[in-house]
Amino acid sequence: MKLITAIIKPFRLDNVKEALKAVGVEGLTVTEVQGFGRQGGHTETYRGAEYKIDFVPKVKVEAVVSDSDVEQVVDAIVTGARTDKIGDGKVWVTPAELLVRIRTGERDDDAV
Amino acid sequence: MDSGNLAWVLVCAALVLFMTPGLAFFYGGMVRSKNVLNMLMMNFWCLLVIPVLWAVVGYSLAFSGDGAVIGNFDKAFMRGLDFGGMEPAVLIFLATFASITPALISGAVADRMKFSAWAIFVPIWSLLVYVPVTYWVFAPNGWLRERGSLDFAGGTAIHVNAGVAALAMILVLGKRRGWPEKVSPPHSMPLVMLGTGILWFGWFGFNAGSELAADGVAVQAFINTFLAAAAAGGCWAFVERLRDGHFTNLGVASGIVAGLVAITPACGFVTSMSAVAIGAIGGAVCSFAIGLKQKFRFDDALDVIGVHLVGGLVGSVLIGFFADPAALGYAPGKGVGADGLLQAEQGLFFGGGAGLLVEQVLANAVAMVFSFVVTYAIAKVLDATIGLRVSEETEVEGLDIKEHAETAYSSMDRSTI
Repeated sequence: MKLITAIIKPFRLDNVKEALKAVGVEGLTVTEVQGFGRQGGHTETYRGAEYKIDFVPKVKVEAVVSDSDVEQVVDAIVTGARTDKIGDGKVWVTPAELLVRIRTGERDDDAV
Repeated sequence: MDSGNLAWVLVCAALVLFMTPGLAFFYGGMVRSKNVLNMLMMNFWCLLVIPVLWAVVGYSLAFSGDGAVIGNFDKAFMRGLDFGGMEPAVLIFLATFASITPALISGAVADRMKFSAWAIFVPIWSLLVYVPVTYWVFAPNGWLRERGSLDFAGGTAIHVNAGVAALAMILVLGKRRGWPEKVSPPHSMPLVMLGTGILWFGWFGFNAGSELAADGVAVQAFINTFLAAAAAGGCWAFVERLRDGHFTNLGVASGIVAGLVAITPACGFVTSMSAVAIGAIGGAVCSFAIGLKQKFRFDDALDVIGVHLVGGLVGSVLIGFFADPAALGYAPGKGVGADGLLQAEQGLFFGGGAGLLVEQVLANAVAMVFSFVVTYAIAKVLDATIGLRVSEETEVEGLDIKEHAETAYSSMDRSTI
């Protein structure tokens, strides 16, 4: 199995979720995160004073999938999240050694 | 005794009481999330200490006797008050004014003042600064009032007074760590807007209640309070749109409060269209006055000086231009008339000379010098004894957890170990 992690723009989350459902992904975890990449931060103005906000709100999407599904899941995320503008985010894949479904005790690909 | 008047004053006391929690939210939203409880506590503290102090001795010193400078102890412990008349209701109504005045200062000292020092500062400042200035401005024989200056609901006695005191406090207290290079924006704008709404609501009691009667002057003050706040909020918002590019919530909130401050001294002495002008001028002037702290390098954290001192001065000085006996709050003349109605000159725009303007400037100058000197002395003594400032560790980790052992927000329920 592989753990797929993606950092995306928050407003693309719905698109990514639908794209993942369309390729058969049955579960995912979403976290609100903050960070910066080449996009950098933004400025906010309060009483005329500018505040440079370094960290931009993003959404982290995580799903564990079978090895055979990795390519199409990654493609689905890229398609769903892309706006062709700076700050679209990243997707990466890491090996997952063991997966257990807590309710049944099923392991690995059976637990995906 | 008129039961309508009595009912109105009691209702207004409750309205003005509500302003202090409103102020707490207004300020609380603007500080960092690690200091919001400290800010709320500084405000609520004023509601604990001041009403009792006021009933025991403050009211008597501020309103009894026939001296020119300070009252006496004749009504200490609320002795001799006639519950068949208006006075007990007036006392408790004014207790809410005495409570919110030191609370205004909390916005300037935000994020870095030791709570124990604040706890002691509040009653001392109330007795040594608020009570005398109130006597001069509002007591029947107070010398500033006798001279012919006007302050309907507390522009000089409350906003200018507290604004100058805020300046004296932060000059002793020092700037926040990292200011002005590294500061955080408001942690919760919705709290700020909620606080603004509560303040606006309560301010009807503050201004229209200060007539101490349910009559035409109260109606004029009520309407003026509404119009001035609206004009000021709009004006500040337009300044920001032109200057900074956006209409901001904080700009609107600040403008509303600036307009309320500016109309406070004038609300019973000017007619409705003058109130719109005073509000608009107050909003515009204060929207620039908040830049003074960057220029002169004093860390007035939440702009108490830019909004309350400057707004109070604008409103108070504009009385010299806009005061009009047609608003019924006073009659032409000097001192207090035989019918009890306050007398003063007309404003420059309404047939008077510069006499009233001179009195307004003088009254505010006196209040500012007195408030600054005494507050500075109190701050110095507190700093030398218990210390005004929290430790570096407390300032960095947050006053909520270090000073109060509480946390405002948590994303999940926390189990105890």
